[in-house]
Amino acid sequence: MDIVQMRGITKRFGPVVANDHIDFNLRKGEIHALLGENGAGKTTLMRILYGLYRADEGEILVEGWPVRINSPKDAIALGIGMVTQHFALVPPLTVAENVVLGFTDGFVLEKATIEQRVAEAAKRFGLEVDPSAVVRHLSVGQRQRVEILKALYREARVLILDEPTAVLVPQEIDALFETLERLRAGGLSVIFITHKLEEVMRISDRVTVLRDGRVVGTVETARTNERELARMMVGRETFGVRREERAVGEQPLLQVERVCAEDDQGLPALKEVSLVVHAGEILGIAGVGGNGQKELAEVLSGVRRPTSGRILVDGQDLTGATPDEFTAAGVGRIPEDRHAGVVGELSVAENLALEYLEEFARGGMLDREAIRRHAEELIQRFQIKARATDRARTLSGGNLQKLILARVLSRDPKVVLASQPTRGLDVGATEYVRQQLLAQRARGAAVLLISEDLDEILALSDRIAVMYEGEIVGVLPAQDADPERLGLMMSGAVKERQGAYAEV
Amino acid sequence: MDTFLVNLIAATLRVATPLLLAAIGETYIERAGVLNLGIEGMMFFGAFVGFFVADVTGSLWLGFWVAVLSGVLSGLLMALFSVTFGVNQHVSGLGITLLLGGLSLFAFRLKYGGRSVPPSIEPFPQLSPFKDVPVLGTLFEQYLFTYVAFLVIVPLAWWLLYRTSFGLNIRSVGENPEAADAAGVNVFLIRYITLAIGGGLIAAGGAFLSLAQLGAFTHGIVSGRGWVALALVIFGNWDPVKVMWGALIFGGTFALQLRLQAMGLNLPIPYETFLALPYVVTIVALVIAGRNATYPAALLKPYRRE
Ligand SMILES: Nc1ncnc2c1ncn2[C@@H]1O[C@H](COP(=O)(O)OP(=O)(O)OP(=O)(O)O)[C@@H](O)[C@H]1O
Ligand SMILES: [Mg+2]
Repeated sequence: MDIVQMRGITKRFGPVVANDHIDFNLRKGEIHALLGENGAGKTTLMRILYGLYRADEGEILVEGWPVRINSPKDAIALGIGMVTQHFALVPPLTVAENVVLGFTDGFVLEKATIEQRVAEAAKRFGLEVDPSAVVRHLSVGQRQRVEILKALYREARVLILDEPTAVLVPQEIDALFETLERLRAGGLSVIFITHKLEEVMRISDRVTVLRDGRVVGTVETARTNERELARMMVGRETFGVRREERAVGEQPLLQVERVCAEDDQGLPALKEVSLVVHAGEILGIAGVGGNGQKELAEVLSGVRRPTSGRILVDGQDLTGATPDEFTAAGVGRIPEDRHAGVVGELSVAENLALEYLEEFARGGMLDREAIRRHAEELIQRFQIKARATDRARTLSGGNLQKLILARVLSRDPKVVLASQPTRGLDVGATEYVRQQLLAQRARGAAVLLISEDLDEILALSDRIAVMYEGEIVGVLPAQDADPERLGLMMSGAVKERQGAYAEV
Repeated sequence: MDTFLVNLIAATLRVATPLLLAAIGETYIERAGVLNLGIEGMMFFGAFVGFFVADVTGSLWLGFWVAVLSGVLSGLLMALFSVTFGVNQHVSGLGITLLLGGLSLFAFRLKYGGRSVPPSIEPFPQLSPFKDVPVLGTLFEQYLFTYVAFLVIVPLAWWLLYRTSFGLNIRSVGENPEAADAAGVNVFLIRYITLAIGGGLIAAGGAFLSLAQLGAFTHGIVSGRGWVALALVIFGNWDPVKVMWGALIFGGTFALQLRLQAMGLNLPIPYETFLALPYVVTIVALVIAGRNATYPAALLKPYRRE
């Protein structure tokens, strides 16, 4: 029995056809994975089902009945809930207020009553949250539980999760999957969007693959495998990059000496961190999110001031320097939040010129023609699927990341600082980004790769440093590292100070 | 108690009333994410419409309620531009202030011509529940609107905002309209409603000036009170009760400077210095309070789904 049927759904954004006559069925009580490259149209299709976009063509049936969904209110009334790719919570409000928002009976809100009701619902669905906590103070994993609770509190029978695992650490993913399995047993139907084939194989009952806005096919998970899914998605079976073994240069390009720093709350976030990255080397920083990686990246790009210690780039002391001075000294930064790395309202061309405007200025005026030429050249070289005049905010995740890579790497920086460079990217785009980082290594740049993705760290790094609670708890040469050993170090169980570390 | 002080407090409440009404209205509008720079024009229009209708019909109350209605309609006009059409809020707000200001003056001219003495009416009387009691008699000799503003509007505004689902919707829409929309709240409707309510309160503040305080209409009747109310909202951190304290501080300095002028102290400074005093106090208060201001995050941003 299909609880949701979408028939011939078409959605255009100007010249872009985001959904092209899509047919999609969701069975009662199944977890249905929706797979596809960045920009394939997954989010668009789900936003149509949730009433956030209106389809240009096509119809939707819920439990066999044709329905009109013009707003999320309509979708909620039909028992459809959605957790959007960027969380839709109101940070200054409490968990309880966020959960009941738009779904209150009665005019007067008793704080105690709603908190109690939300606590009961949380218990019933097995989602651990504190109803009186203010959302602003919650971790990403907790916020996601609030979002799921919000949907279930509205008596959702269909739950849409748009890339729920992109922001979670492995333990949180396990917890999420347990929750989903329990809810499925209770009769909930789930649509699950992800880029990770391994997650699809692990949690889903069926998979629908989208490509360029069309359905490639729907298959039973039990009758398929990762290779077939990859082929359906991008037309190729194998992915992955090969790191060629080669001698690492002698010259230390990035030196971090006993650096300490505080986080936004003024608590110690980095404790005597010392690192060296040589020319032609990739140093991977492994660790569970929130162990100081963010602060490390900020300190190394001049956004955060270290409280003590020294930072040298190619011998030049940059301790306490401004972001501008870091850029001028040859540090290229690929930020963790790629939306914060661009100005969404500006065009692709303007974003590409942004950090080097003085080069495009002629007597105080910008040379727009030069900016356009520069953009077209980079669009070609970095295979960005966009026009120079498109606004950056309309780009898909993969293309946005390519834009940032183009801006940073076209300058041949001495040091490349990459934070979570492939988070939320599809397999094709992920492979592309990794290749680019390896190309930087081959060129002789020093690459500092901060990532929570162990596979990524293992595939790219020459040496791997593990961060735990603001400290480097160990540095391993790549050939000595394996997931188990790194996992233990990441959990703080083992402090390894050997070999390579002494040299650092 | 000192008569000077008693008179000062009584005057403070009077002066603060129109500011309070307008600032509470603006608080609601901004809490839903719209900056209403039409406030000055809406007050002026309210003052004019109230006076005009009262003069023509001879009914103060009819004048007052038609003024409120004019405010509701101006609020809806602002909503049409800033919410439905998504016009930049600075532009639409200033446009409305210019439009309503011009419209009022034009209509005033048509009706009353270029008189040198402004036309006047018999204004609303003040209530005096403790007529012959010395101190209380002066303190409580106030207009009905002052009683309503401080004793009904402020507590009601606070309660609605923080203790009802309607208030929760308003606060969410002003902080994160995407989230409110996804939760099933009608963002557009909430913004229209707050602009209608807020517009009505702002115009009531204007009508208070012409129908109660002055009993007349002049070109300078509002003279920047709308902008002061705008500042009070920031000073009060978008909380009705704190906004009320701001209105009292401004009203107090205003009443004080009037008295200092009237005392005719022989000081070697021009009297305009006193006139400027309340505005200086406003600026200083804003600088101090504004640093910790937590703006509604979605202020100034038109909401669009696609
Ligand atoms: N609001 C919008 N305005 C213009 N174009 C849009 C808009 N939303 C999506 N698009 C375009 O529609 C296409 C499909 O986008 P969509 O967000 O649905 O992809 P997706 O499969 O969810 O990608 P990702 O994996 O990166 O989240 C893309 O080309 C995108 O640029
Ligand atoms: Mg998406």
